[in-house]
Amino acid sequence: MDPVTLELPHTLQRPGHAVAQEPMTRPAGPIVTGTSVVAFKYRDGIIMAADCLASYGSLARFRSENRLFKVNETTLLGAAGDMGDFQYMKHKLEDVMTHEYDMDDGQRLGTKSVYKCLSNIMYGRRTAINPLWNAYVVGGVDGGERVLGYVDLYGTTYTADAVATGFGKQIAIPMLRRRVEGRADEISEEEAVAILDDCMRVLFYRDCRALNKLRRAKVTAQGVEISEPYSLETNWTYAESIVGYGA
Amino acid sequence: MRTATAVAAPIEAHGHNHWSPYVDNGGTTLAIAGEDYVLVASDTRQSDGYAINSRYEPKAFVLSNNAVLGTSGCVADAKRLCEVLEQRAQLYQHKHDRQISTPALARLLSNTMYNRRMLPYYVFPVLAGLDSEGRGAAYAYDAIGSMERVTNSCFGSAETLIQPFLDNQVARNNQRGADPERLLTRQEALKIAIDAFTSATERDIYTGDYLEIFIIDAAGVHKETRELKHD
Repeated sequence: MDPVTLELPHTLQRPGHAVAQEPMTRPAGPIVTGTSVVAFKYRDGIIMAADCLASYGSLARFRSENRLFKVNETTLLGAAGDMGDFQYMKHKLEDVMTHEYDMDDGQRLGTKSVYKCLSNIMYGRRTAINPLWNAYVVGGVDGGERVLGYVDLYGTTYTADAVATGFGKQIAIPMLRRRVEGRADEISEEEAVAILDDCMRVLFYRDCRALNKLRRAKVTAQGVEISEPYSLETNWTYAESIVGYGA
Repeated sequence: MRTATAVAAPIEAHGHNHWSPYVDNGGTTLAIAGEDYVLVASDTRQSDGYAINSRYEPKAFVLSNNAVLGTSGCVADAKRLCEVLEQRAQLYQHKHDRQISTPALARLLSNTMYNRRMLPYYVFPVLAGLDSEGRGAAYAYDAIGSMERVTNSCFGSAETLIQPFLDNQVARNNQRGADPERLLTRQEALKIAIDAFTSATERDIYTGDYLEIFIIDAAGVHKETRELKHD
């Protein structure tokens, strides 16, 4: 991708320099990237997963990144896309939470408010044609209500029973449409984990930018819980039967 | 704002080399104005390319002065536009101790959109409410704020399917013996709105899931939700 070039107005030019300076450039794409985030509603709250890989193009550059972030006691954030922009966003949200703490007014910032704040930042940056190159999934329990939302670099927002980013949208969502949509209230934690692991397994089989080392997180009335990294059992014997794959 | 020199990024770019700040999230909205009511109908599907983001993400919003804003186009812009308009409607209420009229809000919407002439809201709104005489009023806009008061209008991914149908069944253009001045009754408008959407859902992949219908009259806003095909 070519960088977007913008010329600064003359009032912002440094004195003593010709007006026609080197134009300001902006990165026109993500550099170090994370792949899919998958999340859905179940009986007790929200469950979410993301693997631990931060790729540099096709290079598996950082293999123990945490792409799940606990914003506050009730809110979980999953990030795909540029990991640098994700770190910036984490700092920004930490600032917001610190400010809320400093207010000391007994109010908590609920999941819906965090989601709105995040969405406004994303929309503001896309409107400035300087987007944060991410797709975020926000999950939480706000006043007893489960909230699961999505926001991306365009500021596009939506809520649904099942949400995924990137390749997960192509592969995990069709599976979740069958197994979650319309029956989120019936799904136990045990079943939710099984469904999520199935999605992540298929994603690992098919997504070249995925890693079989992932974290799972849940938000319930008890709060946010992010797991340690774990691996899924895989079976590559199918590969033998695919014409042109191996033998 | 960050500044950086262009990094030789390991981007897996496939052809496209310029980022556009716009997306078309599909969906359709229509409005039909009558003698003492106005109807707005929109589907609730939100799409991104061939993917369905959500089956229920409403794109028609009731404002505090009992006008309804129906949208289509880029949802990020549509939601922001709606927020801005609602804020302005509430400010009006606080300032003047009465609700803003629909015709005034219609002009305000036009100006709000034209203010972003250099980076337009990629939204094609329809604003519906009652005018000062209590008649149904619908206003249709383009993305930069050109506006027109209409008796019927349809915008969005199925507008090419629905608008000709409305021209025929609502406006009754060029029909021998028909009275183009006659406005539809509520029941007629409701039936036509439902038929328009069930038919459009057959052929337009971006329209479907649920249909939200708002009927605005002197009594207030009446909302009804119906099912459309989920495929």
